Amino acid sequence: MEFPEDLKYTKQHEWARPADGRVTVGITDYAQDSLGELVYVELPEVGSEVSKEDTFGVVESVKAVSDLFAPVSGSVVEVNTALVESPEMLNSDPYGDGWLIVVDPSDVAELDDMMDAKEYADFVEAEKKG
Amino acid sequence: MNRDPRAKQTLEPLLFEKGSPGRRGYSLPPADVPAADAAALYGKESTREAVEGFPEISEIDVVRHYTRLSRQNYGVDVGMYPLGSCTMKYNPKLNEWAARLPEFARSHPLQPVEISQGLLELMYRLEQILCEVSGMARVTLQPAAGAQGELTGMLMVRAYQKAKGNPRKKVLIPDTAHGTNPASCTLCDYEVVSMKTGPTGLLEPREVAAHMDEEVAALMLTNPNTCGLFEKHIVEIAEIVHAKGGLVYFDGANLNALMGVAKPGHRGVDVMHFNLHKTFSTPHGGGGPGSGPVGVAEPLVRYLPTPIVNHREGAYVIEELPESIGKVKSFNGHVGMHIRAYAFALALGGEGLADSSRHAVLNANYLLAKLRDVYHAPYPGPVMHECILTDRKQNAHGVKTLDIAKRLMDYGYHPPTIYFPLVVPGALMIEPTESESLETLDAFADSMRAIAAEAADWPELVTGAPFTTPVARLDEVTAARKPILRWLPE
Repeated sequence: MEFPEDLKYTKQHEWARPADGRVTVGITDYAQDSLGELVYVELPEVGSEVSKEDTFGVVESVKAVSDLFAPVSGSVVEVNTALVESPEMLNSDPYGDGWLIVVDPSDVAELDDMMDAKEYADFVEAEKKG
Repeated sequence: MNRDPRAKQTLEPLLFEKGSPGRRGYSLPPADVPAADAAALYGKESTREAVEGFPEISEIDVVRHYTRLSRQNYGVDVGMYPLGSCTMKYNPKLNEWAARLPEFARSHPLQPVEISQGLLELMYRLEQILCEVSGMARVTLQPAAGAQGELTGMLMVRAYQKAKGNPRKKVLIPDTAHGTNPASCTLCDYEVVSMKTGPTGLLEPREVAAHMDEEVAALMLTNPNTCGLFEKHIVEIAEIVHAKGGLVYFDGANLNALMGVAKPGHRGVDVMHFNLHKTFSTPHGGGGPGSGPVGVAEPLVRYLPTPIVNHREGAYVIEELPESIGKVKSFNGHVGMHIRAYAFALALGGEGLADSSRHAVLNANYLLAKLRDVYHAPYPGPVMHECILTDRKQNAHGVKTLDIAKRLMDYGYHPPTIYFPLVVPGALMIEPTESESLETLDAFADSMRAIAAEAADWPELVTGAPFTTPVARLDEVTAARKPILRWLPE
């Protein structure tokens, strides 16, 4: 299972990629693998506000419905509308074509509390052991 | 092992795909009144000339169609149905007899109370039985099923808090809850605050204390919870909630583990619902409507849905409640289910109801003990009325929970609930209920053990299952992503 070094991670299994003052958000490889094949995605509108640790959308697999939690607060500047037609991209390419939203963050320092790749890998191992 | 290829049946076509133009299943005498012109009566926009593709079939086509379908159906009358959390206990035929008595079956909700006394007495007595089982002050029989019972209960919570001066904003719910709990709160305009259960699978008082404040209207708790574990801190949790003016809602979905043994009303519960279609053996889903009575402690009685059946001066009466939250269902709810539940309670008696709870708990623990060496058990037990296993040991061979569930169908069982509760990855949630005999439990355990052995020795047999059902493994992903919701002629 892959956890890219350049990303930050949440305990709810979202990733955040800061670049050029914006933050791209998605779900991790572990999240997509645990959920199973994704069949439906509900995302916010461009221009809406998200708050750190609040839900901003929903993903649904054949197993379960799961909330999406924002890793940072800010306004949504881009939404991956292609996922509506092709939610399977969340399974096939969670860190690339399966990105969810891009946020213009109100406080980039919020990213500092997030886990790095190594910490997240340990967190996932602990969670698997239950 | 049930691998007989003759067991495989052909897929039954739709009625729309059968028949022949002009074939009829009826024969009517010629009309002796002039034909009316529907278009003139109702307008052209409301009428049509013909229905394309409407089936034209004979009576025998229809009878065979539904009989064949019924033979492909799996129900609790066919075999064990260990669907965890759903409580698929046997529906005794005595209940059906009682509900079909013409004096009950032919009564009408609008007939005068003077000639409805028998049915009203039954409803009043059923309420008394539910009060006795739960320790609550009064019970409404109106709600149509469990989820509507939750909504009814939360509306009463809101009415109670509002009368105290502030309806409040939040409801606390543990992460093991049924999805209906947050849905009911959201419908009542409450914000849901999710609480984490610990590694023991239980809600800890300190987690409740950390979230409890004066804006919390209520806490919702299922007990035993969806991990099949008794929330043993319930008394302490109720004290924490009450100290800040909150109410305790008890989701009675799993009351079948406690009935006759422990009363929620004696443990700080203010509102609770019953699932008559689970605990009191009335049919589920397609077998009949649900029924979700709601019990309340004394301070909430005034808010119960109106009307309610009372007994005054030797007669049964239907009375309005002036401060009620209103009606939640037409007339008196699903009365046919009340009759069945009443028959169940009377047939078993008080000690019998308690015995049914004890057997449900014993059966779940028996299966857990017989299976926990070959399947990973996240909670070692003892458990209450259901037990959870996971696919962790089978994952090494590429076998997942879904595969185990599908393979069980080849062995002649309805699969257990899978991937729930969400706090347990790869959960197989098994609820045998009190209905199953020792021989049936042993046979089921043998099948589960055989599947565990197959997963190690011949995993393709499990990942490719089922093989003996009318259709092979269904493509759930395409069904969800690209559903075909309407049949169209070719």
